[in-house]
Amino acid sequence: MSNESTDLQLAGGEQSRKARERLYRYIFLSCAALTVFITTGIFVTLTVDAVKFFSTVPPVDFLTGTTWRVSRGEFGVLPLVFGTLAVTVISALVAIPTGVLAAAYLSEYASARTRAILKPGLEILAGIPTVVYGYLALVYFTPFLRTLGINAGTFNILSASILVGILIIPMVSSLSEDAMSSVPDSLREASYGLGATKFDVTIGVVIPAAASGIFASFILALSRAIGETMVVAMAMGLRPRMPSTATGPFGIPYIQPMETVTTSGQTMTSAMIQAVEADAAVSPVVGQSLFALGLTLFVMTFAMNFLSNRIANRYREEYQ
Amino acid sequence: MSQPTTDSATEETAESDDRLIETEVSVSETVTQPAGASTIIDVGDLSVYYHDDQALRSVSMEIPERQVTALIGPSGCGKSTFLRCLNRMNDLIDAARVDGTVELLGQNVYDDDVDPVALRRRIGMVFQEPNPFPKSIYDNVAYGLRVQGKADDIDLDAEVERALRSAALWDEVKDQLDKSGLELSGGQQQRLCIARAIAPDPEVILMDEPASALDPVATSKIEDLIDDLAEEYTVIIVTHNMQQAARISDKTAVFLTGGELVEFDDTQTIFENPADPRVEDYITGKFG
Repeated sequence: MSNESTDLQLAGGEQSRKARERLYRYIFLSCAALTVFITTGIFVTLTVDAVKFFSTVPPVDFLTGTTWRVSRGEFGVLPLVFGTLAVTVISALVAIPTGVLAAAYLSEYASARTRAILKPGLEILAGIPTVVYGYLALVYFTPFLRTLGINAGTFNILSASILVGILIIPMVSSLSEDAMSSVPDSLREASYGLGATKFDVTIGVVIPAAASGIFASFILALSRAIGETMVVAMAMGLRPRMPSTATGPFGIPYIQPMETVTTSGQTMTSAMIQAVEADAAVSPVVGQSLFALGLTLFVMTFAMNFLSNRIANRYREEYQ
Repeated sequence: MSQPTTDSATEETAESDDRLIETEVSVSETVTQPAGASTIIDVGDLSVYYHDDQALRSVSMEIPERQVTALIGPSGCGKSTFLRCLNRMNDLIDAARVDGTVELLGQNVYDDDVDPVALRRRIGMVFQEPNPFPKSIYDNVAYGLRVQGKADDIDLDAEVERALRSAALWDEVKDQLDKSGLELSGGQQQRLCIARAIAPDPEVILMDEPASALDPVATSKIEDLIDDLAEEYTVIIVTHNMQQAARISDKTAVFLTGGELVEFDDTQTIFENPADPRVEDYITGKFG
């Protein structure tokens, strides 16, 4: 081929390549824009319908009411917020220590072979449909709690929450393990070189250096726990309740934790399922309550993300 | 060693420039102790394999106490591998297998009953890239004392100050001990790593090309520091910079490709009158 024809090909390619590049750019841009658009759309829809709801039910009654009984027009969100918080806290108590220690084992203690078997195993746990966890809670775990001498009702908060905790362990362990594995070996060597034990290296160097990634895994896992619906709808019952209280000395009321978690409760998510089912039959305000609950959930998740980020920034030890 | 260390950076630079010019002279000055100082580490027939590749071939060496021993040689000659055998850092590599003996004051560190954690508490290490922990300067220096369980019995503040002074870093950081070690310059970070290594008061300090990532000014500070450290500690340093070996060491071991120790003698002898022609070729730049 002569030089001349090569030059011509170069010139021709330039034009079409520029056009192609422009096209790719717009395809990518539209995908990025779509996600923002959908998020905004959801938020607007939630707000608009929630506003309709709040024109019927005063926001103060909604936010401070301690009874959620749709059939009687009582829309106090507190028992549902309590149900959701109970599930989140108990599942976090299960998933955070287990997940982080499992990640530490995989990253620092396990041989390459053990890791190759265990890590995919843990990730499979994340692929099990949540309905299976709900069934396990109801049929196996609650009876198991009873054999331990815990007086658990057929539907109870404890059993559902522990299963939600198990459900989110893989999110914590998998993401935390990624964060720990990315801590540079030079830091481990420095630590071992000073006569540190494996435990010293893991607790004193690797976990602090991976803290921001570990916190990110907590945020994702707890957001998942807050939004989890199937397990709690199946195993926790559908009765919105405030914590059980008793009257102590001098007439001071106190919360009875065991009483509370061994009886049924309801989260915002499972109340939303009920609202969907009841929509047409009862009244439009029940349907609208769905959006008020959705908005509350949204605010809670958002607040938790914000708080976790603050905490992570406070404690992380950034490496180079 | 005859010259006291100075605090001013400019003076140190000037000093190091002199040294570059007068390498020959400084070699003869550096060897202050005669051969025959007592042996702290006695290595016998040490071989290391990574899977089936032999990285070190039957190396024997008697390393003198409170002197600077330099390990030189081209890349891949096994000098870092040798260094990492001395405090059993090679244990951390699954594929590594070690044969032979390394006796620290008569005790073979590869005996079954020797705990590598306890061993590393007596042999400190400084690495090629400065690797301070993402913690405060204070916590970096205190780390070794803390993991070794010594922190409760001593005045930790005083020990941290002593280590930072020994590493010639105290004056630069004394007002900012809470600052992250990573905010220091590269040279300061490496001196912090040296302070961290000497804080638990080990007997031996291993250095794996400690100045190779540093600029000339920072390098000369580290070299001065190594000179001072040899008053109290045994220093074993890997370097691929022959002038550096000539400037700072009392003994020099020359490794050549294939993991073979070719010659080990007083630094002056190695640089002026080596027995092995391959060493002469390497030192004069004909090889490697």
